[in-house]
Amino acid sequence: MNIHEYQGKDIFRKYGIPVPKGIPMTDPAGAKAAAQKLIDETKNEYVVVKAQIHAGGRGKAGGVKVVKGADAAQAAANEIFGKTLVTHQTGPAGKKVQRLLVEQGLAIERELYLAVVLDRESRRVTFMASTEGGMDIEEVAAKTPEKILKVFVDPAVGVQPFQGRQLAFGLGLTGDAAKELGQIVTALDKIFMQEDCSLIEINPLIVTKDNHVLALDAKFNLEDNASFRHKQWDEWRDLSEEKEVEVEAKAAGLSYIQLDGNIGCLVNGAGLAMATMDIIKHYGGQPANFLDVGGGATKEAVTKAFKIILSSPTVKGIFVNIFGGIAQCDTIAAGVIAATKELGLSVPLVVRLEGTNVDLGRKMLAESGLKITAVATMGEGAQQIVAQTKGA
Amino acid sequence: MAILVNKDTKVLVQGITGAYGGNHARWCMQYGTQVVAGVTPGKGGQKFEDKVPIFNTVAEAVATTKADASMIFVPPPFAADAILEAIDAGVRLVCCITEGIPANDMIKVRRVLDSQTKTRLVGPNCPGVITPGECKIGIMPGHIHKPGRIGVVSRSGTLTYEAVGQLTALGIGQSSCVGIGGDPVNGTDFIDVLRLFNADPNTDGVIMIGEIGGNAEELAAQYIKREFKKPVTGFIAGTTAPPGQRMGHAGAIISGGKGGANDKIEALRSAGVKIAPTPSDLGTTLKSML
Repeated sequence: MNIHEYQGKDIFRKYGIPVPKGIPMTDPAGAKAAAQKLIDETKNEYVVVKAQIHAGGRGKAGGVKVVKGADAAQAAANEIFGKTLVTHQTGPAGKKVQRLLVEQGLAIERELYLAVVLDRESRRVTFMASTEGGMDIEEVAAKTPEKILKVFVDPAVGVQPFQGRQLAFGLGLTGDAAKELGQIVTALDKIFMQEDCSLIEINPLIVTKDNHVLALDAKFNLEDNASFRHKQWDEWRDLSEEKEVEVEAKAAGLSYIQLDGNIGCLVNGAGLAMATMDIIKHYGGQPANFLDVGGGATKEAVTKAFKIILSSPTVKGIFVNIFGGIAQCDTIAAGVIAATKELGLSVPLVVRLEGTNVDLGRKMLAESGLKITAVATMGEGAQQIVAQTKGA
Repeated sequence: MAILVNKDTKVLVQGITGAYGGNHARWCMQYGTQVVAGVTPGKGGQKFEDKVPIFNTVAEAVATTKADASMIFVPPPFAADAILEAIDAGVRLVCCITEGIPANDMIKVRRVLDSQTKTRLVGPNCPGVITPGECKIGIMPGHIHKPGRIGVVSRSGTLTYEAVGQLTALGIGQSSCVGIGGDPVNGTDFIDVLRLFNADPNTDGVIMIGEIGGNAEELAAQYIKREFKKPVTGFIAGTTAPPGQRMGHAGAIISGGKGGANDKIEALRSAGVKIAPTPSDLGTTLKSML
């Protein structure tokens, strides 16, 4: 799960990581008053108006404006709010700005990069830092990998002060700034574990003209598997940032991702679901979705899954590919029949059933009166559905 | 001989009194697996299906029944604790079926695993391990398997079944099949399983199924190139997966330009692995190498 920058900064404040003073809002009308309040408090006329969307690259897309004075802040807020930002992370459709953050301006000396991630190879929480703040870290990693500093955290003891010093001196910090970076590193390790993050990225982490360190940005990915121990995540979640149909699917216990093609897929198991997309493409078709109904799928979940596929206007054919281990073929068949009874079936349907209770499942589908092409292998199924949807 | 489990393996089930754990324990017993104990805290002294004794702790179960393998169905909030309890009791092989364990919990479990040599963890978020005709520890459909001489190792459960189903349909049996799970931090990895297959005189070849995310396949490719002596057929799921999206499995995500299918396919190819053109050709590709 992703959260907004202003929510991430609230977490930073709670753990003592310095961030600029800021005021979030869901209505741009409050921008002038907010800016004036910040100007009065900081005795600095410069403020920043930042679009709050779940994607990076906002600055380049015109979603961040540095302005002088409260009136200019209001004008910037009016311009950004409601705008659709297209960045390298939003996809071509972009994201509509529905929340803003107005922040104090700061005199920046240097921009650094600091992130905490789970490194899959070492299986450890890992800090990555770079002097190339403000830049895309993937670009830095590709062009100048020697500019990325890394420290690995032993989970038995947590991050250690010497590791903070390694990063601070590696980044060329001195005096107060070096000390503060050490404190930030300790706090980030705590946040990562206690708040169950899968990524925290601060880009940029700034050093001010008077040699203090602040987090100017806050990107958080929270680890979905840990949601059971974080009730407050429900409040942090911004459903308008997610695709409605994917939210609906998740609520039903399904793993569903919308894609650009026209062949709907209903599959059990993440690996088989990916492989089904791959094989459809191999034979010249385009999958309309990734859908894993999961191992313990109930008839209700399968019905819901099939309804989601049937209701998609782009779907011109459906491929059901099941290798039932935990999932049982009769349950899948019952769900497919229930969904088509309610919504009808006007597109070709190819079904491949294998595994537990396969004979019962096949019999139920055969007796359902539905027009189904039954196949024995996924290869045959993929070829059939691609052929039947050609030109559709 | 096969790897990891055989007809002598004595299995305890953590979470045997849950509906899910109970059903699978029963199906494993029907397959012929020696299920010798169950563990559910607070239910010690009861019996499962009137015959399998239930204990409050893993240590007690091991001391009484000499179980050397554990199958875990404990729900995600308590699963890491269940794995650590099995490690503490010195269980040789722990198969954790549970899906949805927080990665941070697994980082700690992994740290404990790495500090000892007695216990091997398979999973979590995996179908388990089977040596056809001898012992099934996990949730895979037993009837699709056939005893034989091909090893299967995979991050995906259903794709393991797919491979096994194709092999059996071609009349090719399996020595052992291991699902290593779809999570970003797991216990046993491809290399660990390949090492065991390499040393197993009853395994003649291997099907290895990877997917997007991480670099376990690339590391396995280096190992295969260096040491592996038997033919390997490979497949990587997710060639068409969009970057940045978690494809069902917690570990199946292309992030920061890393973990894409094509890099993995190239690495495996250069190690001499024959890549199946589609997931429907796993069996025939392997057959062509024998």
